[in-house]
Amino acid sequence: MNARILTVLLLAWPGSALAQGFAGLGQDPGGFSLPAPDPVFQFPEDHGPHPDFRIEWWYLTANLEGADGKTYGAQWTLFRNALAPEDGTGWDTPQIWMGHAGLTTETEHYSTERFARGGIGTAGVTAEPFNAFIDDWAMAGPSLSEVTLTARGSDFAYRLEAKADGPFVPQGAAGYSVKSPEGQASYYYSQPFYTVSGALTLPEGEVSVTGTAWLDREWSSQPLSGDQIGWDWFALNFPDGEKMMAFRLRHEAAPDYINGTWIAADGTPEPIPPGKIAMRPEATTYVEGGGDVPTSWALSLPERGLDITVAAINPRAWMDTAIAYWEGPVRVAGSHPGIGYLEMTGYE
Amino acid sequence: MRSVTEPSHINDPEAAAVDPPPPVLAIASLSKSFDGPGGRVTVLDGVSLDLRRGETLALTGESGSGKSTLLHCAAGLETPDAGEIRVAGQEIGALDDRGRAEIRRTRLAVVFQQFNLIPSLDVGANIAFQARLAGRYDAEWTDDLARRLGLDAHLGKYPEELSGGQQQRVAVARALAPSPALVLADEPTGNLDEATGDVVLDLMFELVAEAGAALLLVTHSARLAARADRRAHLSHGRLA
Amino acid sequence: MTGPALSAILSHWRRQPGQFLTMILGLALATALWTGVQAINAEARASYDRAAGALGGGTVDVFLRDGVGFQDADFVALRRAGWRVSPVIEGWIAAERGRVRLIGLDPLTAPPGTEAAAIAIGDPSDFLTGSGQILAAPATVDRLGTVPLDAVSARGLAPGFAFADIGIAQRLLDRPGEIDRMLIHPDQPMGLPDPAEIVPGITREEPQTAADLARLTDSFHLNLTAFGFLSFAVGLFIVNGAVGLAFEQRRVVFRTLRTLGLPVSTLIALLLAELLAIALVAGILGVGLGYLIAAALLPDVAATLRGLYGANVEGTLSISPLWWAAGLLIAFLGTAIAATGTLWKVARLPLLAPARPRAWARASMAALRWQLAASGLLAVLAVGAGFLGTGLIGGFALLGALLLAAALALPGLLSGALALGAHFAKRPLAQWFWADTGQQLPGLSLALMALLLALAANIGVGTMVSSFRLTFLGWLDQRLAAELYVTVESPAQAAALLEWADGRATALPNWQTDTVIAGAPGEVLTAADHATYRDHWPLLDALPDAWDAVASGTAAMVNEQLARREGLRPGDMVDLPGGPVTLAGIYSDYGNPKGQVLIAPDAFAGRFPDAPRQSFGLRVAPGEVAAIRESLATEIGLSPQRILEQGEIKRVSRQVFEQTFTVTGALNTLTLSVAGFAILTSLLTLANMRLPGLAPVWALGLTRAQLARIELVRAMLLALLTAIVALPVGLILAWVLLAVINVEAFGWKLPMYLFPGQWAALGGAAMGAALLAGLWPARRLARRPAADLIKVFAHER
Repeated sequence: MNARILTVLLLAWPGSALAQGFAGLGQDPGGFSLPAPDPVFQFPEDHGPHPDFRIEWWYLTANLEGADGKTYGAQWTLFRNALAPEDGTGWDTPQIWMGHAGLTTETEHYSTERFARGGIGTAGVTAEPFNAFIDDWAMAGPSLSEVTLTARGSDFAYRLEAKADGPFVPQGAAGYSVKSPEGQASYYYSQPFYTVSGALTLPEGEVSVTGTAWLDREWSSQPLSGDQIGWDWFALNFPDGEKMMAFRLRHEAAPDYINGTWIAADGTPEPIPPGKIAMRPEATTYVEGGGDVPTSWALSLPERGLDITVAAINPRAWMDTAIAYWEGPVRVAGSHPGIGYLEMTGYE
Repeated sequence: MRSVTEPSHINDPEAAAVDPPPPVLAIASLSKSFDGPGGRVTVLDGVSLDLRRGETLALTGESGSGKSTLLHCAAGLETPDAGEIRVAGQEIGALDDRGRAEIRRTRLAVVFQQFNLIPSLDVGANIAFQARLAGRYDAEWTDDLARRLGLDAHLGKYPEELSGGQQQRVAVARALAPSPALVLADEPTGNLDEATGDVVLDLMFELVAEAGAALLLVTHSARLAARADRRAHLSHGRLA
Repeated sequence: MTGPALSAILSHWRRQPGQFLTMILGLALATALWTGVQAINAEARASYDRAAGALGGGTVDVFLRDGVGFQDADFVALRRAGWRVSPVIEGWIAAERGRVRLIGLDPLTAPPGTEAAAIAIGDPSDFLTGSGQILAAPATVDRLGTVPLDAVSARGLAPGFAFADIGIAQRLLDRPGEIDRMLIHPDQPMGLPDPAEIVPGITREEPQTAADLARLTDSFHLNLTAFGFLSFAVGLFIVNGAVGLAFEQRRVVFRTLRTLGLPVSTLIALLLAELLAIALVAGILGVGLGYLIAAALLPDVAATLRGLYGANVEGTLSISPLWWAAGLLIAFLGTAIAATGTLWKVARLPLLAPARPRAWARASMAALRWQLAASGLLAVLAVGAGFLGTGLIGGFALLGALLLAAALALPGLLSGALALGAHFAKRPLAQWFWADTGQQLPGLSLALMALLLALAANIGVGTMVSSFRLTFLGWLDQRLAAELYVTVESPAQAAALLEWADGRATALPNWQTDTVIAGAPGEVLTAADHATYRDHWPLLDALPDAWDAVASGTAAMVNEQLARREGLRPGDMVDLPGGPVTLAGIYSDYGNPKGQVLIAPDAFAGRFPDAPRQSFGLRVAPGEVAAIRESLATEIGLSPQRILEQGEIKRVSRQVFEQTFTVTGALNTLTLSVAGFAILTSLLTLANMRLPGLAPVWALGLTRAQLARIELVRAMLLALLTAIVALPVGLILAWVLLAVINVEAFGWKLPMYLFPGQWAALGGAAMGAALLAGLWPARRLARRPAADLIKVFAHER
């Protein structure tokens, strides 16, 4: 699909303009449901799609170690985007699906994407048994806590078994994640406790891998405010089992909005109030199609004694998809050494 | 060989019927002016002259004195502003373009300084052209003319293959071939060297006399003018 | 001294503004016709590419399944197996004005380069959901109107096509769940399964549409190009004449400049600069003019291509910088070609050569011998090309050599004719007339050659078109014998129709399917065992009892183009799906680019069980047509659009045919006009040179009006003589077009008919053109002041 699809999926609501936030997420909803505070998630139902919300995603990133001793990262994402707040069958369905798959080695980054219409049967999600698919890609298993991930492009493929040994973790206030001082929000929970094993197929051959993975589930109809131009999102695993999710929403004409969650080793979340985390880009890498992207960061959270640098394992982890962004594994050094994933949007 | 005294080919009833013969060319109070760069220039200012059969008249004058204009008016090539021109008794000022063309074709012949000939016709055809056009072609007379003018070896050639002197001889032959009553010559040797010019002029005088025609010779040379029976000098548009 | 020298050279044009205009206009016209034709060709080719892109057939491979097509489920199965494919459905929809081809596609999966998908994605809600949306090129939107739903105009789409989402299109075509083909994304994932395991019977096809259209329409474009080239050549004759004349008239200036110390290289450089400036001005003018010509002709070209080949070309012209550059380049090239000889002469100009324009003319007469020799050589070449050359290029080489040979021979022929005239002329004026006309020939010969080319092209193309028309219309009457042609909606309705027809009318199966014949796309048609075929079908060659053999199912007929292409003769075997058949006969099939085979209906059903069998020709008594129509609607429920009367089909066919040659006619007229212009300019430029030739005749007693009339008669005589020479050339041209080019281009040979009325009209037109062209110079001569003529005798010019 060519770059014009950019217009489709995330930009194309009436009167859209780039000034209204990255990928148009700052639009007013038209007939779509809005997230409300204090949600109570119903599992497994909420693992499935919410067609009355405009956008939704199943977003898994995995930090992997190869049998060859090298470090890898893998991404499997399914986006749902509704042109109207309804479902349907056949070609008429307003539910549009987009799949992204990425595979990062220390030197290369592979990415590919798929588009599909829900009603015709080439993409969709069912909650129980869990099955999220687009074309021949799938994240499927008896439940969302035990899934097999498959995806392939013209030059790479992977098959990963992921099994969670911890609970689903609501982000923000019990799953209500505020994205701006004006109160835009989304429903958001994570499953950061997957252990993974599987095999990667690369142009050089097959590599068996093991590692961990982190799943984000998020849905909303209006998560960004108009002058937010992009975000930087961190999912970090520390050595003693603690984890931190942190994001920074960059505003065009206002201070950045920084928020996050500290996750104890048993999965207990503790929201970090806005402004407590300090994050600062330290070095940038020029990426073809993306411009200068910060690929080395300094993060600190004094109340936890956190003072770390986060550096990309492969600074050129650019997702060369219709909607392009940076997504890749990172290495953490400093007070809390570890590994994780970094996603950055709105730089090109 | 035809007789000099009895030109049998003169069969023009108008020329022969009247006694005493009226002038072949009678010009009375002729005036002509042109638009020049500095305003209107009077070239001829009330000029009158007569010319009878057998007579030769040399018209001299400085460059621009109007002598060529007078000849052009006499030939019906230009129309005068005022005055009267009679050729063989016919007032040509009253004629239209067609009538004047007929006078040119039938009553008179002109020899110019150059470019007299029709480039697309050979010498023989050029000589015979006007005579045949006028319906007065006489093969014997035409052959005689060509021979006398030394052209009989060149009849099949084209004008551009001839020298200037030869070309003017052709012009003379052509002018006389229809036995016109009046021959008008405008510097006929002006483009030739003196020796060649004299030969051509000798032949012309001789043949005009033989034909009993009248000759008006326009020249700026007093030497040539001296050969004519009469002389008239034109200065600032008037006869002196 | 460059400045003064340049101003001395240029001062010529101030005194000869008409000549300057001639040169600019000649070059501009040449450039205009050439670039105009090129623009039309370029636009058409761009349209083919767009059409190919629109259908997805031009750039990517497609999956097909013969006779059956696909279901939505097949698409889903392939996608779920990892194949990146995109569904397409195609069909005709009724629009406000005529029918439009509807393409249903899926913008989400369409491969890159699918322009409609890219546009659709700009407004996905409207395109994908609800009642849907139709996208089309602006001209097509006009045809669509609001039927069947609101159409949105989008630039860059292939004309003649309407685009809708696959789901919407399935609904509009009333073919729910059906897919005709699937576009294969060029970038496929690794490790894909064999598609035949997922969808049995699936085949993969390479892109073909664009190449097919290009091949089919090649001959048409070659025709246009040939015309453009002819016009360009005609224009160059004008420029060459003007440049040569300007040189002769300025010879004194050049000589003086050289005598005054101007180096020859500087002189050449100055003349080059002058020519460059002229080429630039004329080129810009010409490209602008060419744009107008192209814009005016393109709608007709588009109609022709649609009618003849089904190729859709947008009726509007886009203009590109490249086009301008090419136009200017051709102007420069033309100037260079036209001026090389002259510049060469300037370079070798002897310092003391006298100014003798007549010597130039005489030298030109001497060149006649060379021209005649060259002409003879070219004629031999033409014959050689006719025998040895193959293909369209050979045919056009033949034409080119033939036309050039004729053009070169023309001055010699005319000169001979004039000499003959002079020989028999008795009166002095007549003698002078012939002689003087002969003398004028060198100055006019280029213009007359241009006229010859234009006339020959007119006769040739006119004869071809008229022969084609006669043949085509006669053939149409033979071929369309059935009174009614119906297409039913389902096999059940077909059965109902046959039952209904029993006793009331004869229903002739008129089935058709596309298949591969002898390795190329072709079609198979049915012919029932009925007198309609025996009596009317236009056979060119056949075995005895050919129709009986066809009816028995063991034999087939093929169309002329297939027979020619494959070298088939009656009695040969033809490979068909389901086994070979005997070739029983060959029929003419004008207007069809494809090979075609005619077999019996039963044989058809056996060999192509999946092909639809729903079209029938109905033989009914002529008076009953209306009643039968009515009865078909009421008793079988056949909608009126599914019934066509013979007369309607013939009318449409004739319309298509007439439209086809509108462009040719327009180009013909333009070429003739250019030739007329060439004569005018030549006469005008000669007018001054001719004064020394006319002045003595005037002085000897002809009026200017008489001379002017003679000049007019002279121009018309030359035109008439040229037309007489052009006649055989044009007839040979017509023969080549009918018997060589047509066979190569279309695959059919046409009988040649002669149209003396056309020739007379054309001769009249040629003389009329000469009359018009001569009128102005003659009028100028008639009104010329006597002083101008007198001056001849007194001044060195």
